[in-house]
Amino acid sequence: MAGIELSGIAKSYGGVEVLRDVDLAVGEGEFVVLVGPSGCGKSTLLRMIAGLEPITAGELRIGGRRMNEVPPRGRDIAMVFQSYALYPHMTVARNMGFPMEIAHRPKAERAGPVARAAEVLGLGKLLDRYPRALSGGQRQRVAMGRAIVRQPQAFLFDEPLSNLDAALRVEMRLEIARLHHRIGATTVYVTHDQVEAMTLADRIVVMNAGRIQQVGTPMDLYERPANRFVAGFIGSPTMNIVEGTPVPDGLRLADGTVWPAPLGARALGIRPEHLHVAPDGDGAGLRAEVQLIERLGSDTNLFCEAPGVGPLLARVHGDVNLALGSSVVLTPDLARLHPFDAEGRRVPVGR
Amino acid sequence: MAALGRPHPALVAGKYLALAAYVAFALFPLYWLVKIAVTPDRLIYSEGTRYWPSAATWDNFREVLGSDFLRFFGNSVIVSLSTAAITAVIAAGGGYAFSRFDFRGKRLVSALLLLTQMFPLLIIIAPIYRIVASLGLLNTLPSLIVTYTAFNIPFALFLMQSFFDGIPKDLEEAAMIDGCTRMQALRKVILPLTLPGLGATLGFVFTAAWSEILFALMLIRKEESMTFPVGLLNFVSKFSVDWGQMMAAGVLALVPSCLFFAFIQRYLVQGLTSGAVKG
Ligand SMILES: Nc1ncnc2c1ncn2[C@@H]1O[C@H](COP(=O)(O)OP(=O)(O)O)[C@@H](O)[C@H]1O
Ligand SMILES: [Mg+2]
Repeated sequence: MAGIELSGIAKSYGGVEVLRDVDLAVGEGEFVVLVGPSGCGKSTLLRMIAGLEPITAGELRIGGRRMNEVPPRGRDIAMVFQSYALYPHMTVARNMGFPMEIAHRPKAERAGPVARAAEVLGLGKLLDRYPRALSGGQRQRVAMGRAIVRQPQAFLFDEPLSNLDAALRVEMRLEIARLHHRIGATTVYVTHDQVEAMTLADRIVVMNAGRIQQVGTPMDLYERPANRFVAGFIGSPTMNIVEGTPVPDGLRLADGTVWPAPLGARALGIRPEHLHVAPDGDGAGLRAEVQLIERLGSDTNLFCEAPGVGPLLARVHGDVNLALGSSVVLTPDLARLHPFDAEGRRVPVGR
Repeated sequence: MAALGRPHPALVAGKYLALAAYVAFALFPLYWLVKIAVTPDRLIYSEGTRYWPSAATWDNFREVLGSDFLRFFGNSVIVSLSTAAITAVIAAGGGYAFSRFDFRGKRLVSALLLLTQMFPLLIIIAPIYRIVASLGLLNTLPSLIVTYTAFNIPFALFLMQSFFDGIPKDLEEAAMIDGCTRMQALRKVILPLTLPGLGATLGFVFTAAWSEILFALMLIRKEESMTFPVGLLNFVSKFSVDWGQMMAAGVLALVPSCLFFAFIQRYLVQGLTSGAVKG
């Protein structure tokens, strides 16, 4: 096992720059998730680590060794593709043993690791099948089996779950987490799904438009998003953002309510779960009208409209006794307000 | 739910009837070929329109096999097999490059290949004759192999390219990550999956070369290097038309094609790539 270091990595296709200034160190045994909207360059970055895409600028090191010019087969990494990329003319067993077959390991030596991986992944009965006779989830497992049989320096995953249905995706997500716990291998995992990122990662790398926005643990990103993009991307449902005009003790919203904010703040973010809802009374606070109610059982989402301020989503525990169109007062959990400046960067709160 | 069950028996019967009618229509000329081939000479005109002659004979086949035909036959086999093999190798290489790599001049080469397919053959027969003559290849089998190969490459190459395009790039990349060089990935992963395409290409080129007559007529004048279609033509011109022998020769001419397709048909089976990616 080995760490992966990226320093000053950039990538251009012709004159078009798709990645720049990527600096990242993945520690030994660490599970790092690259997350970002479609087209932001996640796959490109992963493919550069794998050696499938030339690196335009910067340096890539795996286990301390410079890898820029090393072909994929020399990097000792395994990759699970979004499409699974199983060899259709080989059985499950041969698919999983293929890396060893190429390395000229004798057949007898190959059977053991393949059987063990099959056992771990519950593929024992399928070893003689061809990929076309497998379900999506089983193919996914075979692809992972092929990766773990090799015991590589690092694992790379490119949106491995995005072709599965919702239930299977949750199941495989747990499986991957369990597998990582068991093997503890260095892993770089690409996804556009922030739930996958939050649940799997030791550290998350949020990317947008070819640049890293923030690197941190899931709770770091949830509690201290570095900018409005990260704030909007991490957490579900999405964080509310309200704009306001600076006044001495904070930010005045369009309806006159003042929320506390540090100097320099132009907008405030508040997560739906940190917005308290009270029936309209005489007290001060942000007044809003309930426009839509989503009852999820454990929680209830209230889509509200505050005149002049804009739409706000509040999430409350359990059920609420409110009717559509009723008026409510919204109060933020003051310690959970996220102040952002005019450029969308987080403003440090002096505490 | 009845709609989801078996289709109505009348529909099934109708479908098979239509299929049978089509097959009968398509195979009738072949049947007629065989029928005349086994009709004795003396009955050819008197029983011309009967579905089966009152007496059948192998005489026509015996005569044909005893004549120069065997040599024409051999020549045709050599020319067609060589053409098919050389074309397939070049088309596979070119098709792979066209499918996987971006290189300077790709569009130009592609356009030129297409252009060669747009000329009527008649226009280029004279120049080809001159070229072959100045190479000193007139009356040799290589002259035909080279010309056929040249004329078949564009189509075969595009055919192979479309087969390679159908094989996901992920497979090679996975193989290269799994430890293969590009050549190993080609041999162990891509080639086995391309066999149907290769089979189709071989079959197409083989039949084209087997039945070609224009160039064979122009470039070959000596009996010993004539190919089969030219030899068949001789039946018409040399003596009076010997229908029985001509048809017997025709039946024999079908044999290699049938054998060839029987050999490659298992590679033509579709669906070999299913299961490679997604579901
Ligand atoms: N071969 C290529 N040529 C030109 N542009 C490309 C190529 N591959 C990817 N791109 C561009 O690079 C950007 C990042 O792509 P990708 O890494 O696949 O995004 P992601 O995986 O995050 O969805 C996209 O804008 C895409 O259009
Ligand atoms: Mg991608």
